[in-house]
Amino acid sequence: MNAPEKKIGKPMNRVDGRQKVTGAAKYSAEYELPNMAYAVLVGSTIAKGRLTGLDTKAAERAPGVLAVITHLNAPKAPGIKPAGKDPSQPQTVGSALQVLVDDNIRFNDQPIAVVVADTLERARFAARLVQARYAAEKHLTNLEAAKPNAFLPTQAKKNPKSPTADYQRGQVDAYKTGALKLEAEYVIPTEVHHPMELQSITAHWEAPDRLTLYDKTQGTMATRRDFARQWGLPEANVKVIATFVGGAFGNALHSWPHESAAIIAAKVVNRPVKLMLTREQMFTMVGYRPHTWQKIGMSATADGKITAITHESIGQTSTYEEFTESTLGQTKMMYQSPNLTTRYRLAALDIGSPIWMRGPGEATGAFALESAMDEMAHLLNLDPLEFRMRNYTEQDPEKDRPWSSKFLKECYQAGAQRIGWNKRQLKPGALRDGEWLVGYGMGVGTFGAHRGSSKASAQLLPNGTVLLQSAVTDIGPGTGTAMTQIAADTLGLAPEKIRFEWGNSDFAQAPTQGGSAIVNTVGPAVQEACLALKDKLRELAAASNGAFATAKKEDITFTDNHLTLAGNPAARAAYADLVKQAGGTAVTVESKPSGEGQKYSMYSFSVHFAEVRVHELTGEVRVSKLVSCADAGTIVNEKTAGNQMKGGAVGGIGMALMEHAIIDDRFGRYVTKDLADYHVPVHADAPAVEVYFVNQPDPHVNALGTKGIGEIATIGVAPAIANAVFNATGKRVRELPITPDKLV
Amino acid sequence: MNQFQYVRPTKPQAAIDAVAKDANARFIAGGTNLVDLMKRGVMTPQKLVDINRLDFRKIEREGNTLRIGALALNSTVANDRQVRERHPLLALALNAGASPQLRNMATVGGNMLQRTRCAYFYDITMPCNKRQPGSGCGALEGINRMHAIFGFSDKCIAVHPSDMSVALVALDATVQVSGPKGNRSIPFADFHRLPGDTPEKDTNLEPGELITAVDLPDSPFTKHVHYQKVRERASYAFALLSVAAALDIDNGTIRAARLAMGGVAHKPWRLTAAEQALVGKPATEATFQQAAAVAMQGAKAFKYNEYKLRLGPNAIVQALKTAAAV
Repeated sequence: MNAPEKKIGKPMNRVDGRQKVTGAAKYSAEYELPNMAYAVLVGSTIAKGRLTGLDTKAAERAPGVLAVITHLNAPKAPGIKPAGKDPSQPQTVGSALQVLVDDNIRFNDQPIAVVVADTLERARFAARLVQARYAAEKHLTNLEAAKPNAFLPTQAKKNPKSPTADYQRGQVDAYKTGALKLEAEYVIPTEVHHPMELQSITAHWEAPDRLTLYDKTQGTMATRRDFARQWGLPEANVKVIATFVGGAFGNALHSWPHESAAIIAAKVVNRPVKLMLTREQMFTMVGYRPHTWQKIGMSATADGKITAITHESIGQTSTYEEFTESTLGQTKMMYQSPNLTTRYRLAALDIGSPIWMRGPGEATGAFALESAMDEMAHLLNLDPLEFRMRNYTEQDPEKDRPWSSKFLKECYQAGAQRIGWNKRQLKPGALRDGEWLVGYGMGVGTFGAHRGSSKASAQLLPNGTVLLQSAVTDIGPGTGTAMTQIAADTLGLAPEKIRFEWGNSDFAQAPTQGGSAIVNTVGPAVQEACLALKDKLRELAAASNGAFATAKKEDITFTDNHLTLAGNPAARAAYADLVKQAGGTAVTVESKPSGEGQKYSMYSFSVHFAEVRVHELTGEVRVSKLVSCADAGTIVNEKTAGNQMKGGAVGGIGMALMEHAIIDDRFGRYVTKDLADYHVPVHADAPAVEVYFVNQPDPHVNALGTKGIGEIATIGVAPAIANAVFNATGKRVRELPITPDKLV
Repeated sequence: MNQFQYVRPTKPQAAIDAVAKDANARFIAGGTNLVDLMKRGVMTPQKLVDINRLDFRKIEREGNTLRIGALALNSTVANDRQVRERHPLLALALNAGASPQLRNMATVGGNMLQRTRCAYFYDITMPCNKRQPGSGCGALEGINRMHAIFGFSDKCIAVHPSDMSVALVALDATVQVSGPKGNRSIPFADFHRLPGDTPEKDTNLEPGELITAVDLPDSPFTKHVHYQKVRERASYAFALLSVAAALDIDNGTIRAARLAMGGVAHKPWRLTAAEQALVGKPATEATFQQAAAVAMQGAKAFKYNEYKLRLGPNAIVQALKTAAAV
């Protein structure tokens, strides 16, 4: 018998593709439970102050209304502590906002009441009848105004080794005395998460102490932990189901007020309650990429060697939570600069908490760093690619140790060739196509190849199917498909014979989907679970057939209805018998990272090349070509990985050219409230994105050789476009987005 | 959304009566704007009079006039052979607006009656004289990057969002209406209003008056036309600013010209002085620049829309260049 064809690396179709395109895939707002009720949130209309009165009578009297719940009558969840330190949130200080607990208003559109009715329409109608009175206080929603009071994050104060602590190698601010230097400020606006699927939850108290949540979350176990703690329940009593997630991008990495509100509402009306945010509420009631100011100082020698970089950043956070991200991480390790200074600060605004948004801080930081690289190359009259090559790092200058693997040079070469970099002119404004000015730009991205611990379970079913289970979610990258491929290769079984189930907190422990870490982390667990299953099956088979006792694991072969051994077809063990024999074949393994992470610096790398056209009279920018190249280790599925790269690139177009949530500071309210005002790219804005993978396994991250793709797909795209706009026009836009008003 | 009554008359007079006799009644056709406004509580009609069963969908030529029924869909008009041949500027403007899905729902009459997209109008917690007379203009001292540079007042600086209307005002269209007092015609340029002290009134329609058709006279502008829409993404975005340009060129000399702008005023903004500056001149970039300078006379910007003073003339020049194919 021939060994089955390897599945890893193949562009296999998504295992859930058919369900998704036929509407059979069920998202969290699509569960219909008996006796269900519907909840609608009422938001505050001031940004800061206190609620002094709430008139809910008209809403209570409206048809179909079951309850109008406010801080005055909401049941108190026993686990809710007053705002303060929350040990469950190591990344943050202060607690996630607890809803309906007091009369404090901390941001505009903060939920102040939840109206529950027998239909959605009736709940929505009644929600408008709730009247609130406030004692407003002076609010602050402007980052520029808050900058003078920017502060070092508490985590950095406590731990000077924290990634957000001030970092120094060589001399402080050495760029100031450099022969050739630049100093520039860069700003990215607040960018709002707008995945296709709105945030939604169905909360069901199956018993007074048993809670089931059908929730849009990136982490079933994190959500289970948060709400078990909030309600003082054992974790085993809370079940979180998130089988399908319609895009998340970081938006569902945190528990948000609407989830608490739905759980409270379900408690009050003693019925399952469904709550879905509106598109408008997606601006205010969940997190976003924070408005961030950055400043870069850089010096270089005349022959293009960087001598010093100082990178400072002030990012927006809320008044009740310290949100931090790795805005300055890439600067510390990307280029060989002997002197390097970083300072990361936060500024608290009366707006809800930010959250990671694809690429997160690294994408923000890369906009500044990679723009500055382009500016310095221009000062040096050097090709920006050549400038990067002259400062290439063969080992990590931050940690002073080798990379686990780095093929960025290969990405540079592949990308330059594919975009036609040789057409680029050193002098800006030199190329045109009719009334369109043409330019080329590049931007580099990197993100840690993180791997955590994870479990996975595997069992053989009597029909010969192997069932694998993991609590992990699949927010769109094709996790379920990748895991099926990994299992297929490990077991030597056709993918059709493998069923990978995910998105349920009752399944084997797995981390939250995020930080490009899932294939790195859950992949090995699936691999090891499959190996453990083979061992177990061999043992079980050996009980009735001695040939199995001495067989090698690689020789175990699956056929239609029995296990056999390569080269020994007489050795047979029927699946049904194996399953019966031990009352099941289930194995659960835990896979942990090796100690390699201490010896090597592990990163994925990307470079993006953009060709843009800028209209000479109207200032409109169109990206005519994008090439994204990635060193992401082994590519498990060429199709879904390519899909991720393309999606990340389109997200980068939005960041570069259009995404901008604007607040009127007088009211502390957004004036961009829907997708007509808040622009994301449409099809016409997205050119064909050409993707190139180096596809070289990393020898140290895990046995699969993967490094992660999700973040590097976006990191570096916005500066590539901004640099191309400069190359086309000679105009340097340092404040995103690059809209026509900044170019005419 | 509030509860409302819904009626669907089959005769124009019944529709007109239903609205004329009830200050809280509104016509609804495609509903692409009104339904959104109702969901947000910006408009709260107690009765909707659905006019989709009225016979106003035809596009037909009578004498030297093309009569476009008020209920003709935007997509139907944009794809109509007579429109494309005789009034290509209108087809271009229609296709620049919204998305195919919306154009398949939106009607000609409804397109003209779109409300402004000013964010302060849409948020019922913010001041807006158009939504709530006397509450103030939020945009005047606020985020006004999308706002007017012509014809505004201290009560309102909103702009009209329609692309189609910019072409119609350039093409000297006439609006046919029926009302409680009978039928009348309104020149398109007089259909929409400037805000003055009554920004709550977008148009000169009287209560109960129903648009039945838009008439387009034959014109020489069948070849050298262009609709230049400047927006922040390649499609499906309201204009930062737009220009409808139509030229009649004879042997390199401009015989007649039509020019109008969108996204700059409370109404589609016809530029008659600039048109005059084009007539009799050679169709060259220099001529277009002179006309653009004339067009921008009197423009005044606010804190965040100063760019429109630079973008306006550039967009006019580009529209004329494309129209003239020079």
